[in-house]
Amino acid sequence: MTDIQIDIDNKTYPTAAKPSIAKLKLSLKSNEFICLVGPSGCGKTTLLNIIAGLDNDYGGEILVGQQHTYPKIGYVFQNPRLLPWRTVRENIELALADNQPPEIIDALLEVMQLTQAQHDYPERLSLGMSRRVAIIRAFAVDPELLLMDEPFVSVDAPTARQVRELLVKLWQQRPHTVLFVTHDLREAIALADRLVFLSASPMQVISEITVPIARSERNNELAIEAFRQQLLANHPEIRQLL
Amino acid sequence: MINLKNFLSTFSLLAFLAIWQGLAVYLNSNTLPTPQAVAMVFWQGCVSGQLPFHLGVTLLRLVVSFTIAMLLGCAIGIALGRNKKLDAFFDNWLVIFLNVPALVTIILCYVWFGLVESAAILAVVINKLPNVIVTIREGTRALDRDLLEMARCYRFGKRKTLVHVIWPQLHPFVMGATRSGLALIWKIILVVELLGRSNGMGYQLHLFFQLFDVANILAYTIAFVAVIQLIELLILKPLDKKALRWRR
Repeated sequence: MTDIQIDIDNKTYPTAAKPSIAKLKLSLKSNEFICLVGPSGCGKTTLLNIIAGLDNDYGGEILVGQQHTYPKIGYVFQNPRLLPWRTVRENIELALADNQPPEIIDALLEVMQLTQAQHDYPERLSLGMSRRVAIIRAFAVDPELLLMDEPFVSVDAPTARQVRELLVKLWQQRPHTVLFVTHDLREAIALADRLVFLSASPMQVISEITVPIARSERNNELAIEAFRQQLLANHPEIRQLL
Repeated sequence: MINLKNFLSTFSLLAFLAIWQGLAVYLNSNTLPTPQAVAMVFWQGCVSGQLPFHLGVTLLRLVVSFTIAMLLGCAIGIALGRNKKLDAFFDNWLVIFLNVPALVTIILCYVWFGLVESAAILAVVINKLPNVIVTIREGTRALDRDLLEMARCYRFGKRKTLVHVIWPQLHPFVMGATRSGLALIWKIILVVELLGRSNGMGYQLHLFFQLFDVANILAYTIAFVAVIQLIELLILKPLDKKALRWRR
């Protein structure tokens, strides 16, 4: 996996008067875990869609290594986006490439406590369960770049914590670049190597802050809270965003 | 509850027959034979092989023209629904073909291509095709963009996207086009046969009309309705059930 350079001069929706994103520069180092933090509606989802190659209507460029290619992407959308006419397991299997062994699904289903539900149709699942299926799907494709758009909204707190720990564990086992959108600063600090703060539209990078807390200390609520207080005290412009 | 439903539907059929019988006895006219008389004629037609033969010929035409119209209609409908420029160009054509009277297309086909089988099939297809296209186009426009984006992001490819993402969403529209299409083709195919073929239900009905043979006309009608009911019960209903099992 190589570094990714994101350089978006201008993204304006056809019906909008002013741009959603302007002069946004962001570089992702290989295997880095980055949390994007910004007010809701500022264009974070738009940015993820551009990076995923779902939206080509923008000015600027995205370089993977030195080329204009797309890495293999796992994308956890804001809504689960499961095919309602396929079972949980089929939904995950469909996303796998032909040469990928399906065994990885069993392990992931087990960890996410969905083994029982694997042959159910998504309409019979709760929203929290559907979200977990979407997360499994993104993990299972063995992505080079994992995009996560507020994946833990409406997942109950214990499950969210569990999945968060799993996410970090999987990421450490098999490093890949993660771009994680959230507006929960505690969550961001607990997960990220680097925090990127974004302004309201037109979206720009306000500041980038490396999280100094060691990975082994990330479960320590006190350390995270202390860093959060320090962050807000040192960077008053961030306080306005949240 | 189910018993009551069964009872009601049986009862309604019996009531229909009773009213028919009553009217026929009361009028006592050649133009409305009793159910028994029609049943006798129906039986004779079956024994002589006339009725199954003509019904079979018509059914074959139905299957061929229906298949062509559905396949073409689905392909064109999906293409128009997915591509705005194509749609803008062909929209007018569609409106023209939707509004040409069936009788006109049939006559023109026979005039231009002669009184041949292919002209008959073509006439039916041209009548049915615009309806399928319009229905499938609506279905394609209503496709869930979120799911299509998901498929693109996970690199489903064309075939996988069609089979697993697009087709299940189009299913209700295809079933709608199938049902309305069968009904429409049934009606048109008889006119096609009446005007330019020397076999099939339409041709026979034309003969019976000239002889004022109402019993035979009714016997053929009953065979006709029965076949459509069988198609609905044995093919369409199970298809619906299978495709919709994921719904809550």
